[in-house]
Amino acid sequence: MKLNKTVLALAISAVILSGCSEDEKDASLTDGTQNTASGINDASTSGLNNGSGLSGSEMNASGMYPNAGIGPEFSDPNNPLSKSTIYFMLDSSQVQDDFVPVIAAHAQYLVAHPGQRVVMEGHGDERGSREYNIALGEQRAKSIASMMKVQGVADGQLEVVSYGEEKPASLGHDEASWELNRRVELVYQGK
Amino acid sequence: MSFFRKILLIGLVSFYVPSSYAEMTIEITEGIESALPISVVPFGMQGASGVPVDVSFVVDADLGRSGYFKTLDKQSMPAKPSTAEAVQFKDWQALGQNYLVIGQVIEDHGQYNVQFQLFDVYKGEQLMGYRMTSSAAELRRTAHHISDLIFEKLTGKKGVFSGRIAYITSSRQGKQSTSKLQVSDADGFNAQTIASSVEPLMSPAWSPDGRKIAYVSFEKKSAAIYIQTLATGERARVAEFPGINGAPSWSPDGAKLALTLSKDGSPDIYILNLVTRSLTKLTKSFAIDTEPTWSPDGSHIVFTSDRGGKPQLYIMSSQGGEEKRLTFSGNYNARASFSPDGKSIAMVHGNGSDYRIAVMDMATKSVNVITDGRSDESPSFAPNGSMILYASRKGSAGYLSAVSLDGKMQQKLVFDSSEIREPAWSP
Repeated sequence: MKLNKTVLALAISAVILSGCSEDEKDASLTDGTQNTASGINDASTSGLNNGSGLSGSEMNASGMYPNAGIGPEFSDPNNPLSKSTIYFMLDSSQVQDDFVPVIAAHAQYLVAHPGQRVVMEGHGDERGSREYNIALGEQRAKSIASMMKVQGVADGQLEVVSYGEEKPASLGHDEASWELNRRVELVYQGK
Repeated sequence: MSFFRKILLIGLVSFYVPSSYAEMTIEITEGIESALPISVVPFGMQGASGVPVDVSFVVDADLGRSGYFKTLDKQSMPAKPSTAEAVQFKDWQALGQNYLVIGQVIEDHGQYNVQFQLFDVYKGEQLMGYRMTSSAAELRRTAHHISDLIFEKLTGKKGVFSGRIAYITSSRQGKQSTSKLQVSDADGFNAQTIASSVEPLMSPAWSPDGRKIAYVSFEKKSAAIYIQTLATGERARVAEFPGINGAPSWSPDGAKLALTLSKDGSPDIYILNLVTRSLTKLTKSFAIDTEPTWSPDGSHIVFTSDRGGKPQLYIMSSQGGEEKRLTFSGNYNARASFSPDGKSIAMVHGNGSDYRIAVMDMATKSVNVITDGRSDESPSFAPNGSMILYASRKGSAGYLSAVSLDGKMQQKLVFDSSEIREPAWSP
């Protein structure tokens, strides 16, 4: 399914690029729009239609859209809710500026959907001692939880668990992997 | 499950011996120059059905691996005597051997009588001789026991060959990862899985009597601390609070467990009385406090805290009270482990890019970095204090390594699993 749509989307772009007539172009574009509307939960189609917005590493790190089942906004790359992984600097639990709007979007969603619960899974890279990394992962998750509480999210909607370095997102042993592993994953629990 | 076991004594000898349940490689990457020359002659065998374990080979490997001895390979031996009468001391003197071990294994109705003698080659006299009985299943332990006796006789230090080690391995199949808590002999043989989970297992800690192991399990998708009895496999959940339940450490009398809980906010050190089940909060900072370890006399707790901005070691009375910073060199000092005599502590020491094992002298507070890896962690002292076992990694391969306190003697233990970590040497 995903592949078919990818091929279709590529075919559409090819038609556009080849400089066809106005009529044909309009027809193709209409087709494409309808396709997007009907297949809105399909991560791949949405991603391709907005080709410049997503980098490869972001896609890999978040494992596409883990919360896609919660609602369509979670797999719309234009919506900050589609970002479910917050990354951190080495040995730090301070939220970087880039992720402030992402956290705000999740907070807003949770305030608007008081029946939703989210588990914040804190993680660290493999360097240093394992139990300290458990503590660091918890601090990371808690710093996001406290930002959300300030924005009105109820305590009962938030749960924190730290896995430290025990569940790496990337299995490499270099800086590129470590960056992807210093993270908090927001995992919605559904209703 | 048939692997080859390789023993490599640098600059000396290398040979291969097939074994039915070997699971690891031992490589002595650095030896001490004062290693004593010793010949362990293949033991004489008597019996109808053969002997299931090559006892003299195990003894030879133990002594060589300790770094204190240089063993002579079989091919270079002038003779293979198995009785005192057959020994020609001059032949062994000519080869520069200081000590000689001979012995016999005699099968008797499914039991084995093992006897050995240790000689001083220059004096031409016996230093020690024992006869012991063993079942087939216990032969390997008997061999390690012989190694302990010889080691203590010649070095004055207690041998650690009949001890055990616990560690965590993980393996991955597709997206599924399995974490195992295993216990093996000190030489890596007889590895047994005592707990297994698709969620992480962590932080194994031996009880002081060596009968139980405390560990952290995420099997319920959140952390809990369990205590498992090795003989029966029975276990009890002793901590399952909201948040972190981590870093268990036994008091020397085995009656208490120091641990890390974050139920009140930031991670703090607590002491759980295993008899009364009462819980006492020891640290109260708003920073991370974790990885408690008891001094061998039970009077103090050393722990990791980032209250100063970066993780450093602090010390306090195990009764509570003032917390004093212990480490000042390097921007990362964590996961302390006391030597059995309480005179030094091992730690993970980070300088910004590399994490290595360092030893601090408690009297002078001087810190000596003794390993040269990039991500060395989880130091654990041998019960005789002579070596520190730790986890290391080269590229994608994780392994366990042991290093002498001065860093001069190093041995690498490569297990079947390339994801092996958190070694803990049994008391």
